[in-house]
Amino acid sequence: MSKLKLIIQREYLTRVRKKSFIIGTLLAPVGLLVYFLVIVGLTKYEGGGEVKVAVLDEARVIGTIPDERGVRYLPAVDKTLEQLKSEVTQGQYDGVLRIPPLANLRQKDLTVYYYSDKKLAPEKRELIERRVSGKVRDFKIDSLRLDRASLENLDTDVSIDPENITGKGEDESKYTIGVGLAIGGIMAFIMFFMVMMYGQMVMRSVMEEKTNRIVEVMMSSVRPFQLMLGKIIGAGAVGLTQVVAWIVLSGAVMFLLPFLVDVDPQQMQPPVTAGQPQIDPEMAQGEAFRIFAELGKQNWPLIVGSFVIFFLGGYFIYSSMFAAIGSAMGDDYGEGQALVLPVTIPIILAFYIVAFVGIRNPDSGLMIFASLFPLFSPIVMPFRMAFNPPPWQIALSLVLTVAAAFFFVWLAGRIYRVGILLYGKKVTFKEIGKWLFYR
Amino acid sequence: MILSIQNVVKRYDKYTAVDHVSFDVPKGSIFGLLGPNGAGKTSLIRMITTITGPDEGAIYLDGEKLNERTPEQIGYMPEERGLYKKMKVGEHLLYLAQLKGLSEANARKEIKFWFDKFEIADWWNKKVEELSKGMQQKIQFITTVVHQPKLLILDEPFSGLDPINTTLIKDEIRRLNEAGTSIIFSTHRMEQVEEMCDHIVLINHGKNVLYGEVQAIKNAFKQNLFRIESSDRLPAGFDEHFQVLSRPDGAVSAVTVQLEQDSRSNELLRYLIDHNVRITRFEEILPTFNEIFIRRVGETQN
Repeated sequence: MSKLKLIIQREYLTRVRKKSFIIGTLLAPVGLLVYFLVIVGLTKYEGGGEVKVAVLDEARVIGTIPDERGVRYLPAVDKTLEQLKSEVTQGQYDGVLRIPPLANLRQKDLTVYYYSDKKLAPEKRELIERRVSGKVRDFKIDSLRLDRASLENLDTDVSIDPENITGKGEDESKYTIGVGLAIGGIMAFIMFFMVMMYGQMVMRSVMEEKTNRIVEVMMSSVRPFQLMLGKIIGAGAVGLTQVVAWIVLSGAVMFLLPFLVDVDPQQMQPPVTAGQPQIDPEMAQGEAFRIFAELGKQNWPLIVGSFVIFFLGGYFIYSSMFAAIGSAMGDDYGEGQALVLPVTIPIILAFYIVAFVGIRNPDSGLMIFASLFPLFSPIVMPFRMAFNPPPWQIALSLVLTVAAAFFFVWLAGRIYRVGILLYGKKVTFKEIGKWLFYR
Repeated sequence: MILSIQNVVKRYDKYTAVDHVSFDVPKGSIFGLLGPNGAGKTSLIRMITTITGPDEGAIYLDGEKLNERTPEQIGYMPEERGLYKKMKVGEHLLYLAQLKGLSEANARKEIKFWFDKFEIADWWNKKVEELSKGMQQKIQFITTVVHQPKLLILDEPFSGLDPINTTLIKDEIRRLNEAGTSIIFSTHRMEQVEEMCDHIVLINHGKNVLYGEVQAIKNAFKQNLFRIESSDRLPAGFDEHFQVLSRPDGAVSAVTVQLEQDSRSNELLRYLIDHNVRITRFEEILPTFNEIFIRRVGETQN
């Protein structure tokens, strides 16, 4: 078996067998499950008990309001406010809702009064406001003798459907952008996360070998470059294993979730929207269908294929730099921070470019530059992939990324082979520069 | 010659760690690589083990210029020992043996041989960190010799070992040497050099300052010192004839004498016999390696 293969095998197996890896891999999807269960539980939680509200409708604009979500509306038109207040103190009601008459039908603001010594929960207050507003609207429609059906026809949903003039390119719909943002965002995040997490893992592992001196024994058996490359590949394989495990396990969790609790997808949304009119199920189905259609329209072989290359390229570029820094650093992590920063800054910058510029305009000049510049491209280009960038940009970006990966691995190898055997010296970038030229 | 170092130079930036060093290590010898701290020993060893390459000159192992197969023919135990702490002992040894080019089956066989020899068969599944320091040293020694190297390079092999384990490892080194393994032995313990080595090289400031056979070097450095003990009083006037260097406790019957040439030792004896002095002890004092080391390093300190 070749030495490189042996090294990769050891680096992979020792990590995968670690308790922390197994727990982390299994626990993340379980954590996701718990998260969803908690969200579901929280949305189902009714804030406080039922509130009985006496409705003193002074001008009879409201009529009756159906009970809803912990609020019972009890019409009390025959009684005076004072009577009702004393009934509240006696405990018959929780509060009195007084609706003063409208001044005229053009009145835009209406203040209604709620008498009680108990505070009204914000959620219930909002609910009551919305219901009263609806009833006032109905009252105005009836009073103005408007045709309800014609009024509904006033609302029109408008969406821009971009069409290419020359006939080239995909037909886009209003879902294209949203779906693109989702796919691109997820890919950019996975890249960022993996490069940061596993790149730093490589760095720590290099430091460990240096401080516990095994490296000198290793160096008398294998080339420094072999050890570094083996470590990078081994750790990368661990990262891929973890991502695949997470995807599979999360898929299983999402699949199992409906069996564990009966979740109404509508209720997964934050409670603020709960009072809004329910989305027409037929419409919703149409929407889901169109999103799926949009997902189907994506050029998946190209996206996935290039993602893998960008992933490997980005991983090699950054983890090799982390390995080089780890070799130069020695056992004092605090002192080495100054060396780590220049490696982490480009990753974070690339992520920020996606988060702040890419989301607003994936085809802006900065995005085009960032998707070609090798230190940014592994994170930025996969994001742009979902927006059909010109093929030459994809090709150029791929070539530059792969070339940069080879260059950085070579460069890191030059630094690593010197740094790993150097002890008790505080290293500066100037010095690292000199190492490149050692024989 | 198992190893031939020819005019080797190693520079780091502006600093020359090894400066035109040449020497040969005879096949089957135990060869002492000596020198004060920072003399360039580690730089030299790293070039022999192909960890780094020389800037000038060449190194030959068993007549062949160093190449990518060289590491498999060398066993190197660095002074700073290190093992992967979390690995199991058996797996660790298997890994390092395979990296030295052994097949897995072969590696298992060799490791078992050493486990039986050191009576540590039950260590296979123990983690390295569970072992005491001395036990880890034994494992380190096995990793160095498991692939039956032609040349062993041992850097302070006995540091941190108790007397029992020192003897154990010493015996193994001797046994391997008798079986034909050449050994380079780097140490500061001069009594060990005298005990184990037949050839040495002394490096100071990156230069070869002393090189040759141990006995020959001792002879070259001797100062014609002789020690005489007698049951009688030494004759009056002895001090005028011979240069007396020391007279322990002011004794009248025991002296250390320095002669201009060692050939004059018979003259000294004849003088004593002529004066009817009964000699109970007469010996030539050869310099210890400690003295030679200190003297030579002192001379070459610029």
